[in-house]
Order: sequence, then C-alpha cells, then structure tokens
Amino acid sequence: MSKLEEIKTSEVSLDGLGVDISSNGDAGESRTDIRSEELAINFGPQHPSAHGVFRAIFHVDGEVVTKIEPKIGYLHRCFEKIAENRTYTQFIPYTDRMDYVSSMLNNWAYVLTVEKLAGIEVPERAEYIRVIVGELQRIASHLVFLTTAGVETGAVTPYMYYFDEREQILNLFEGVCGARLTYNYMRIGGVSADLPDGWLEDTKVFLKRLAKTMDETDKLLLGNYIFKKRMIGMVPFTAEDALKWGLTGPSLRAAGVPYDIRKADPYSVYPRIDFDVCTRFNCDNYDRASIRSDEIRQSMRIIEQAIEQIPDGPVKAEGIPKVFKPAAGEAYGHVEASRGDLGFYIVSDGTTKPYRVKIQGPSFGNLQALPAMAEGSYFGDVILAFGTLDTVFGEVDR
Amino acid sequence: MLSSAQLQEFANNYGIPLWGLDASIALVLAVAVFCLCGLGVVVLVYMERKIAADFQIRYGPLHVGWHGSLQLVADILKLITKEDVFPKKADPWIFRLAPAIVFLAAFVGLLVMPIGPGLVVQDLNVGLIYVLAIPSIGIAGLIMAGFGSYNKYAMMGSLRAAAQMVSYEIPRALSVIGVVMIAGSAKLSAIVGAQGIWHIILQPLGFMVFLVSTLAELNRTPFDLPDTEAELVAGFSMEYSGMRFAFFFFGEYIALMAASALTVVLFLGGWHGPGPEFLAPVWFLIKTFGVIFLAMWIRWTLPRFRIDQVMDLGWKVLLPLALLNILITGIVMLII
Repeated sequence: MSKLEEIKTSEVSLDGLGVDISSNGDAGESRTDIRSEELAINFGPQHPSAHGVFRAIFHVDGEVVTKIEPKIGYLHRCFEKIAENRTYTQFIPYTDRMDYVSSMLNNWAYVLTVEKLAGIEVPERAEYIRVIVGELQRIASHLVFLTTAGVETGAVTPYMYYFDEREQILNLFEGVCGARLTYNYMRIGGVSADLPDGWLEDTKVFLKRLAKTMDETDKLLLGNYIFKKRMIGMVPFTAEDALKWGLTGPSLRAAGVPYDIRKADPYSVYPRIDFDVCTRFNCDNYDRASIRSDEIRQSMRIIEQAIEQIPDGPVKAEGIPKVFKPAAGEAYGHVEASRGDLGFYIVSDGTTKPYRVKIQGPSFGNLQALPAMAEGSYFGDVILAFGTLDTVFGEVDR
Repeated sequence: MLSSAQLQEFANNYGIPLWGLDASIALVLAVAVFCLCGLGVVVLVYMERKIAADFQIRYGPLHVGWHGSLQLVADILKLITKEDVFPKKADPWIFRLAPAIVFLAAFVGLLVMPIGPGLVVQDLNVGLIYVLAIPSIGIAGLIMAGFGSYNKYAMMGSLRAAAQMVSYEIPRALSVIGVVMIAGSAKLSAIVGAQGIWHIILQPLGFMVFLVSTLAELNRTPFDLPDTEAELVAGFSMEYSGMRFAFFFFGEYIALMAASALTVVLFLGGWHGPGPEFLAPVWFLIKTFGVIFLAMWIRWTLPRFRIDQVMDLGWKVLLPLALLNILITGIVMLII
C-alpha cells in the first residue's frame, strides 16, 4: 500500500493534536447554515431564448445547471387529428405551420409521402424545382439558426447580415408562390406554379452574393476569438449518445455520423447531384453551429447544379383531381429537413381523407437529448446548447 | 473662476459664512454638471443607436425629429407616463433606492473631472482614488436591485454583477498606479498637467489593462454578463419599468461617460491639444467621445464571454499584468 493510499484509506485521527471535537459544535452548525440550496428557475415559455414557447425548469447551483426538466406542449395544435378531417390536398397548408422556419421542406415531406401512397409520378421539372426551393429553404433556415446562435452569445450585429440574405430568399419565394413565410407551394404531383421568367437568373445572382456574405460573416461570427472560446468543447455529445437519443440532421452530423436522408435514402433527383455530407467531430456547441455554415455551402452547390440540369416540361402530374381517393394502404416518406429527418406516416382507408397521419419531427427528437447533453454545464452554455440544437416549437408540439 | 481672496472679500461684504458660499457654489456647479450629464445622455443614446444601426446595415431612429434626433425625448415621455409596476413581494425600500444609488454613483464621478485648465467642480487631492472608489458604490445599487426585486433572474444578474465588478475593480485600480508614479500625484488636474507625453505611450500595458477592466466595470459587451438577454432576460433590472428603469439606463450611459473621461484624463493627455487654450474643453470632449465610440464599436462587434472566462481573465490575466506594469514602471523610474 503506497503512502498516498494509506492516507486516503486510514481514518483521520485527532489524538494528540489537542483538539476537542465535542467543543467544536458551533463551527459544525455554522457550516450547515451557509450550505446553499439549488435554485429552481422557471425558463420560458416567455423568454428571449425560448425559441418559441419552450418551457423548462432549470435547477441551478450557482451558475451550473444540475437538472433540466423540459415542459412542452405550449404550441400544440392537433395537426395529426386535423389531418384526419381534411382531404389530402387540404392538409398541405397545415404542414407549413409545423416548422414555420422551413415550410417548403415540410410541404415536400408531406406531398412526397402522399405521392408514395397513391403511386403518383412527379414530372422531372417539378422535382428540380422542389430541389431548388427546398435547398433555398434550408439555407434560409440555417441563416436563422446562425443569427440566433450569434444573438445568444451576445453578437447582435451578424444578425442583420444573415437576415439581409434571408430576405433575398424570401423575395425569391414570393416570386414563385406569393407568400413569404407559409408557402403552400408544393402540390400532390408537383408544384402549384412554374417558376417566373428570369427567376433562375435571379437565384444565380443571389448565390454569388450569398457566397460573399458567408465568407464575411464566417470571419465575423464563427471565426471570432471570443465566439470560439465560448463554444468549442462546450456541451459535447458522443456519436453513440447522439444515435441513442435519436438526434438527426445537422446535430447528428456534428457528432461525426454522416447520416443524411438525401444520401442514405435518396429521393427526388438528389442521386443525380454531386454534393458532400458535412460532418464535424465532437457535437459540441461550436460544431453544431459551424456545421450549418458548411451545409449552406453544400446547398449552394446543389442549387447551382440543379439550375444547370433543370429541364423544360410540365410542373404538375396530369389528371390529379383536387379531391382524390388513394387505394387503402399505408406509406412512410421522409426528407432531410433543415433540422433533420422529417417523416410522415400516412394510412389510407380508401376515402378522400387520410385515416391516420403520424408526423415524426426532427426538433422533437433533438430536443429530448437536451437534458442528457447539457446537465452539469454552465447556465449560459445550456442556453447555447438548446439554441444550437435548433428546435422549432411548431414542430415539437405540432 | 474667482480666486479665494475674492471669495473671502465677497463673503465678508455680504455677511455670509465662507463655508455657505463654498457649498452654494459647489451646488450650482453640481447642478450644471447634472444638466450637462442629461444632455450627454441624450447625445450618447442617439449616438449609440445610430452607430449600432450603421454597423448593422440599417438606419436606426429616423422619424422623430431631424433624423430621429428627438427619439429619446419621445422615449423618456413614454417612460414617464408608464405605470410604475411594483412587484408584490419586493422589498419596498431597497427596490426604490437601488436605481437612485446606481444613478448617483455614476454621476458623482464626473464632479472631479478636469475638462480644461481650472475647469473642474472640485479638484480633490485624492481625485483619482475618489473616482475609482465612489462609482463602485454602484455595485451596491445593483445588488440591492437584484435582491429587492424578489426575482430569481434578477438575483442571478446582480450576483454576477457583484462578482464581476469586484474582480475587475482590483486590476483597474492597480493599472493606474503606474500613472500616479509618473505624475507624482493623485490629483486629476496634476495628472493631466504632467502629460507632456501622453501616458498611453509611457504606459501602454497599463492603458490596455485599464481599458479592458473599465469595459468590464461598465458591464458592456463583451462583459455584459449581468444583463445577458439570452440567459437572464434583463438581469438585475428585470422587475423595473418606467422611470425607475430609465435611471438604470441613464446611469449606464453616465458611467460610460465618466469612465471615458477618466481614460482621457489618465492616459490620453486630458485637455491637451494643439491650438489656443480656450479649445481645451473641446479637445477633451473630442477625446472622450473617441473613447466612447471605441466602447460602442466593441459592443456592436463582439460576442460576450462566459462567466468563468470573465473571472479567469480578471484574476489570471489582468491582475498579473497590472502588477507587472507597476514593476516595470518602478524599475524604469529607478534607472532613469
């Protein structure tokens, strides 16, 4: 037994030190007096960083959060039940309101599943349009993410730079469908309208502009010394844990798992397009933030190729009535939404309305990992971890 | 300014005790400084909004008055007419007193600033010590605000403020010792008078430590942890509204003004500048606004640190650097 172990294991003896333990009662009492208790803080649902209406009870010990109890349901709007009372086409606008930061991709996931259920072929031009607007939507959503990541670390200036770019995307979307937030652009069997004249050229011009801004803002925010010091290595998550907790999308790829539905279960025309699945290493706050910047660049690559490849032709499959009856059966379809794996499971009983629609939202899966991920971190880091998981509450509660 | 002999004569002629005359002159000057402070706050708030807007590719206030210059007046009118919300469980005295303490502590620092030769309300012998010590009473105001509000977020914010400001008080005070050693006086006008060469050239390290710890003292980005919106919503001022909130807000800007003026006095040559002597206050103001602009520039560019990093920076970096600065200054002075 080494000397150190001996000291550790042997009982402390006070013999011969001239200390009378029995008279030391006062000191013992005062020690229990100053013992501090954990503070339970109610976070949200109205809080600047609640990203909608997230509510949680944070148990904090000084600045360290020891326990997180998420309370969700403040934005629950019964979408799955509503779907059972609407025709297949009527439900498309509701999907807009789920993840309202990336409506296009929600549209897409839903119509893709209905097309699978009814066996509808989508014209090629429509598929390319979907890819272009889908990737633009991903960029817009990631820009909002980078904005909030900046604001949560106190950098409020990059906000405007990112939002200026997002504004351009919204202008483009306004051109294709007239709406700026909830688009309702996709239809079962295609899209609602063809692209306006000159729209693809405008998009190319925008991409050039965006590339410049991204280089600039990467220096301003992601390359900033304080930002890096603040984020790198904080609230990490291992790849095993990430898979175990069901993380998807950029948060999972930040842990180094190259899982992307566009590659893993290809849909639409993605197999014809050359792009990389971005991955990072530790799934810490910085990785989760900077992977969005990488993905924006990949999305730009995808859009450029899609603009090159897009053929002429119809944008909607022929002969699909507004109210139609798919044969009884079931289908599951999923897309890589900006927050991860967005899946729809639809059961048809052969009538005009679905028998059951089950939605699997990536935000919900990502959010449930928050307590496992962030307990034991500083309060400020927990907020950042929650922010970098990029949850949208329209999708968590649906 | 009147000389003391003239004052004596004036007092004798009208049968006023000298202390009474002194006190009333000081009061008048203090009120004058107070009014100037108010004007300064208006200018500063407008400046901050426009600078922030410029950095963020937007316009800022534009509609009230010429280029939005009366926006703050409109805001103050709004704040005055607002309901005075008083939390049910708040401690009435502590809650009411806190904004006044924060405001006053920020304001009194300006009373000893020499803005020109002889242009100072009260040129204390220990002006520097006064100016470092008295504004620190503001910390008590912040703690009172957090404690009196009966709000957990406010409590956390005020604890952060206390921890941060107490830690940065020490490097800040130590960083100016080099200046006192060179000038041979703690009187602010004497320090300015000693700056044939600006102290920023003689004391670059001291200046850097002083500037960083001043930003931390002012709770401005990158050290704005006491009122981090992302975490603590509004920090210590969470439960305050209307004019009570406005006093915190004004206090913050007056503290910024006082700290910038102190930076100019200690390191940037005070009122010294080319041209005739009557331009001295102009030079002082230009330099002060330069420092204020720097603080705003930093605020609207950088993210903020985390609480443990703020503490690390204060104790592990700035404090040793400040001590090193004293050592270097001492050695150099011994050699020369």
